[in-house]
Amino acid sequence: MNGTVALSAADLQQVTPATGIFTLIALLIALPLAGAAILLLGGRRTNRWGPYLGVLTVTGSAVLAIVMLVKLMSLPTGSRSIGQNLYQWVFAGSFKVNFAFQLDQLSIVFVLLITIVGTLIHIYSLGYMAHDVDRRKFFGYLNLFVAAMLILVLAGNYLLLYVGWEGVGLASYLLIGFWQYKPAAAAAAKKAFVINRVGDVGLSLAIMVMFVTFGTVNYSDVFGSASHASQGTLTAIGLLLLLAACGKSAQFPLQSWLLDAMEGPTPVSALIHAATMVTAGVYLIVRSNAIFDRAPWAAGMVIAIGIITMFMGAIIGSAKDDIKKSLAGSTMSQIGYMITAAGLGPIGYVFAIFHLLTHGVFKAGLFLGAGSVMHGMKDNVNMRMYGALRKVMVVTFITFGACYLSIIGIPPFSGFWSKDDIIHAAFERGTLIGVAGVLVAGITGFYMTRMVAMTFFGKARWEDDAHPHESPKVMTIPLVILGVGAVVLGMALLFWGNIKTWLEPVTGLTEAPTVIPDWAIMTISLACVLVGAAIAFVMYARRSVPTTAPRGSWLTRAAREELYGNEVNNTLVVRPSYYASRVLNWFDARAIDGFVNGLGGFTGAAGTRLRRMQTGFARSYALSMVGGAVLVILALVLVRL
Amino acid sequence: MNPVNYVILSAVLFSIGAIGVLVRRNAIIVFMSVELMLNAANLAFVAFARINGILSGQVIAFFVMVVAAAEVVVGLAIIVQIFRTRRSVSIDEPNLLKH
Repeated sequence: MNGTVALSAADLQQVTPATGIFTLIALLIALPLAGAAILLLGGRRTNRWGPYLGVLTVTGSAVLAIVMLVKLMSLPTGSRSIGQNLYQWVFAGSFKVNFAFQLDQLSIVFVLLITIVGTLIHIYSLGYMAHDVDRRKFFGYLNLFVAAMLILVLAGNYLLLYVGWEGVGLASYLLIGFWQYKPAAAAAAKKAFVINRVGDVGLSLAIMVMFVTFGTVNYSDVFGSASHASQGTLTAIGLLLLLAACGKSAQFPLQSWLLDAMEGPTPVSALIHAATMVTAGVYLIVRSNAIFDRAPWAAGMVIAIGIITMFMGAIIGSAKDDIKKSLAGSTMSQIGYMITAAGLGPIGYVFAIFHLLTHGVFKAGLFLGAGSVMHGMKDNVNMRMYGALRKVMVVTFITFGACYLSIIGIPPFSGFWSKDDIIHAAFERGTLIGVAGVLVAGITGFYMTRMVAMTFFGKARWEDDAHPHESPKVMTIPLVILGVGAVVLGMALLFWGNIKTWLEPVTGLTEAPTVIPDWAIMTISLACVLVGAAIAFVMYARRSVPTTAPRGSWLTRAAREELYGNEVNNTLVVRPSYYASRVLNWFDARAIDGFVNGLGGFTGAAGTRLRRMQTGFARSYALSMVGGAVLVILALVLVRL
Repeated sequence: MNPVNYVILSAVLFSIGAIGVLVRRNAIIVFMSVELMLNAANLAFVAFARINGILSGQVIAFFVMVVAAAEVVVGLAIIVQIFRTRRSVSIDEPNLLKH
């Protein structure tokens, strides 16, 4: 571990003040934020042109981000961390927080992913949501999401990151429940919000512990003084950050919201619940690498959580018949890979981000492809009602296929490079972790092939009134771009963009001595993938697929029930708190209300009785006065005596 | 004559007045009884002033007279008003306070 700490370079890189084009960092965020404000506050009169404005603002941010990338690449390696301080945001005693952005090698790749994939998904949505009455609101929310996500990745301190963190949570809630007239969508939105809150508590506690320990929440200051903090404190911060990451990235044990989140419109699933927001947890861990490097126990927990989720997601994805839920399981599993890689330390951070980028592109492509299929199949999501769509939806099939080959890791598609690197790094750390990675790669081959086979191959099992057709150009063009990205992005980042050296100043990179040769790992994992894919192809493309799901083995049934994640939550959290609140309610109704009502009743009854004394006869009052006076005089006389 | 006798007379007058207030229904009579009590008090003041040889008791008696005069003015006005509206000066009938 000592060797890795020395190489962790995050605190070596100085933040330089923004000049030139970089003074426009805030504009990256302001554009989509303004779009959201205009669309959401402008009301009905923006209905006609609103969606196009939404597309334009995100496109503007994307163009600006590309310009900034080019400029950043031209700077020398050590000065690629740009800070821009807008104003002093919070000042209370010694606690000062600036409204400051930080653009460095890590943020810029995120900004590019968010804005470019975001732009494509906005364009796609023009077609996908063309007939929705609330189109304007949809684009407003999407813009809001992009703005919040950009705040999250561009923040220069944890407090501003928290703003973005909550902002994407809000946007996610609004968009999952976009069709709120569907009870399932409203419930899913609420569930996502509540479960995310658990993670958010982790993040806010982590920020508080940081403030208490370091007296600041700035990235550079926290990472710079991380080595002075005690092991226990760093482990606590690490575990709290992990809790936050688990909530946002749908990792075990906070995973159950992601599958329900598929109730939202498909572009939302692609943008938020596949490509960007759910990867925020990975960003958080990689960004906080200075803390995790010095807290090996917390980093070990990160690996454990990553591996558990990796398996859970893959198993769920293998059994679901709902194409989007199957993809959601896959997302969980792939983020499990990234989290595992992030837990590996400096040998893994770069690959976590690398896989995050390639995954962002091919998974967005898969989701948009699924949306295109649903568009042609009257919004039916049941893959058992698909089949043989490759002939009617050629573009969708080809792009989906490219993304499919990418996710299962066939060379030279992009997923191959990133996943192979993660598995390789895992083997360096421990054979078991590597074996887990290889096994899940095999399961990935199985469930993705199952999905492709059930959707595009075999016999048509369409419903009688389904007339599948290719989607309009506005939807297929983004698909094509993402498909091309799925093919070339891995190679481009690795060989042309040189992602490892690019990210090294932020994350550090340790090339550990090779335990098992690279080609051996590659062969083993590829063999695993091909076996999984072959099994799935025989089971679902060669044999006919029944239109109603067979009972299946216990594992299939468990996976259909999402490995009983909801039941566990219900048993451990929901039901106990339900009963606890019933007991408290009873206590409130009987004991507290009983006491208060009893007091009121007593006063009332006493008043009723005492009222009888007031006869209204002046003479009786006079008598009581005289009586009183006599008593007073008697008392005086007696005392005198 | 022994001034204590005046005090005893004053006590007798006060008791007669008090009983009158308590037992009579006619507001005018009650009013007169109140006057009787006030003047019994005056008598006591004056008697004690005489016994103790100081003037304050006599001065207070003047004050009481002034207050009694004011009270008569207001009280009679009220009684007249009540009589006008209710055609009665019985003090048991205006028991509106109760309701």
